[in-house]
Amino acid sequence: MTSPLGRRVLALVAVVVVCVAGTGLYLWHARAEQEAAVDAAPPVPTASATLIHDLPRIVFRSTLLGTGYGEVAMVPLSDPSADRALTGTACERVYAVASRVLCLAADRGFVTTYSATVLDADLSKVQDLPLSGMASRARLSDDGALAATTTFISGHSYASASFVTQTLVTRLGGEAYGNLEEFTIVHDGTTVKPVDRNVWGVTFASDDDTFYATAAWGGKTWLVRGSLSQRRLTTLHEDAECPSLSPDGRTVVYKKRLGRPAGQWRLAAYDLSSGKETLLAEQRSIDDQVTWLDDATVIYGLGRSGSESAVSDVWAVPADGTGSPRVLLKGAWSPAVVR
Amino acid sequence: MYVTLRDASTSGSRRSTGRVTGTVVLLGVVSMLTDISSESVSAVLPLYITAVLGMSPLAYGFVDGIYNGVSAAVRMLGGWFADRSDHPKCVAVAGYGLSAVSRFFLLVASGFGAISVVVTVDRLGKGLRTAPRDALISSASDPASLGRSFGVHRSLDTLGALIGPLLAFALLAAIPGAYRAVFVVSAAFAVLGVAVLLLLVPDLRPRGPRSTLAGGAPGADDQSLTRSTPSWRLLLDRRLGRLLAAAALLGVLTIGDGFLYLALQRRDDLATEYFPLLYVGTNFAYMALAVPLGRLADRYGRAAVFLTGHLALLAAYGLAAGPGWAWSTMGCLLLLGTFYAATDGVLAALTVRLVDPGVRASGIATAQTVVAAARFVSSLVFGLLWVQVGAATALWVVCVGLIVAMVPSALLLRPLDGETTA
Repeated sequence: MTSPLGRRVLALVAVVVVCVAGTGLYLWHARAEQEAAVDAAPPVPTASATLIHDLPRIVFRSTLLGTGYGEVAMVPLSDPSADRALTGTACERVYAVASRVLCLAADRGFVTTYSATVLDADLSKVQDLPLSGMASRARLSDDGALAATTTFISGHSYASASFVTQTLVTRLGGEAYGNLEEFTIVHDGTTVKPVDRNVWGVTFASDDDTFYATAAWGGKTWLVRGSLSQRRLTTLHEDAECPSLSPDGRTVVYKKRLGRPAGQWRLAAYDLSSGKETLLAEQRSIDDQVTWLDDATVIYGLGRSGSESAVSDVWAVPADGTGSPRVLLKGAWSPAVVR
Repeated sequence: MYVTLRDASTSGSRRSTGRVTGTVVLLGVVSMLTDISSESVSAVLPLYITAVLGMSPLAYGFVDGIYNGVSAAVRMLGGWFADRSDHPKCVAVAGYGLSAVSRFFLLVASGFGAISVVVTVDRLGKGLRTAPRDALISSASDPASLGRSFGVHRSLDTLGALIGPLLAFALLAAIPGAYRAVFVVSAAFAVLGVAVLLLLVPDLRPRGPRSTLAGGAPGADDQSLTRSTPSWRLLLDRRLGRLLAAAALLGVLTIGDGFLYLALQRRDDLATEYFPLLYVGTNFAYMALAVPLGRLADRYGRAAVFLTGHLALLAAYGLAAGPGWAWSTMGCLLLLGTFYAATDGVLAALTVRLVDPGVRASGIATAQTVVAAARFVSSLVFGLLWVQVGAATALWVVCVGLIVAMVPSALLLRPLDGETTA
């Protein structure tokens, strides 16, 4: 406090000017750069949706920079490297079966709002589902009768319990089963009701009643088998998140922590009849609910690193621990296989 | 430089001196700028971590856990440094500076480990600065209007917490996906906060020569302050003991906001939809009521207002335990804000009048740590209770506990008002 007041006020004014000018310059630059990047991105070669519409196909979210970023796109299952058909419908997370498409979208604005919409095969709206929070997982049963959404309701730093997932299951045009957290949890033969339970990442079996999901409490995660009619979840195996049931209903592939730091997972396959678990050949950390390309291969999204972090690719790896991962779709996320 | 601002709302008041010193307002502005900085980042961090860094919400939960744990641990240290050095401003600058530096690391941090480090450094800074900052506020205030001084500070602080997230989402709306822009703006606000503190706030020394206290209206405790080293035995004061005991007793019955928000979210679709906005209702009430309740405390007794504030908390729990109507959700949030307005700054004001100026920062840090520890115990117990009997019943149990605890707390706190408002 030795320098006179006038000089200190002057210094503060200088700091204010530098901060305001620097920030303004950065924001202007960021905006201009973003616009330039959009203009400069090469046009994404596209195909006509009507040609692919009735074929077995892969439906996904396109993440190639440029036209159609974030839109639902599709390629024929027989030729995934073919030009994609863009649909004009933007989703954060998408899942599709032959008759229905489930789209979780975010309307970013002053207060970001979220929506979950069921569309028919022509992407016309059939039904809005109740939803709040950031899109995380979306699944439909193969016959398009059941829909499951997992969203992440983010809290604020004032709320210490700010990580809350909400997983809702709905029979389309029928009963809403509500939040799976309300289901009874049976663990080691007894009913448990931990206050910190979270349920997420649903995958449906073909009987329209059985499903598999992740239940977590007390810092551990469990693969659970659920029954909609009995409103019950039964734990099967520890350390398993976001399961995905194979088309033949024999195997689930999920991600495992294996004692790694938070936010890192390995993919593993679990044989439902024998209880045998096999780590897949994918060595990198995967944070996605995988999808089955066929009865022997799973596919999943993985973001690129560095400056291309907005772009992700869909990779494929055998589900039996052999082989090695390969890129199936470039610039794609949230794949679903429609057979 | 010691601008004395005339409080606009004093015209009808007889007893009040009607002045809050410029230093208090400046410290409020520092906190406001810093809160804009930190809350804008907190608001987008879950989105950033999950959407851009591609980590799952679970990883975010872990980061958030660090957020809340680190701060309390260094708070005592900050108080001790401030008293030991007799330069609370220097410790406060270090604390605010540490948080500002962490913003710049956020610009280059990528990956989970780096983000964890950044968040930890930020919270270290927050823990370090709180007690010295509150000690500065009390050094710069007329002892008779301490409640209002803390009210003005907390009100400005909360204003920052309201602006921050709105600013962040406005930026993301203007430049989609520009998380880095949010971080740049956040860093600028943090730098401004540190600059205001460093350049304009005087280095008030509680034990130092009287001349440095010129800015604060001289109070009764400004006499005989030239002791060379403070003795922490001064903290073993019976009146402070009474206050800490009451604060601990009531703190054990104060469940975390997170539980309350979660209870509202589970019973009520409205609360689910607007979950990220629940804090706005709470902060709005806090901001609006911090000054009037601080004045009320100066006039009718700080201990009385501190105790009565817990009635607002009681009512908030009652509304959260009841059926999920929109008005009761709103009411619950506003009452929670009222509780904070009646207790947070008022507790600091109460503590300051009970401890020797030489150990002021340590005294404040002790009171705040006792409250934080009591609330932590409360969260553990309440979590277990919730499992056993469900949210509504657990809340009713806490309500009954609060009513019962008010009686001994009133007895403990009663003598404090008599001695402080002479």
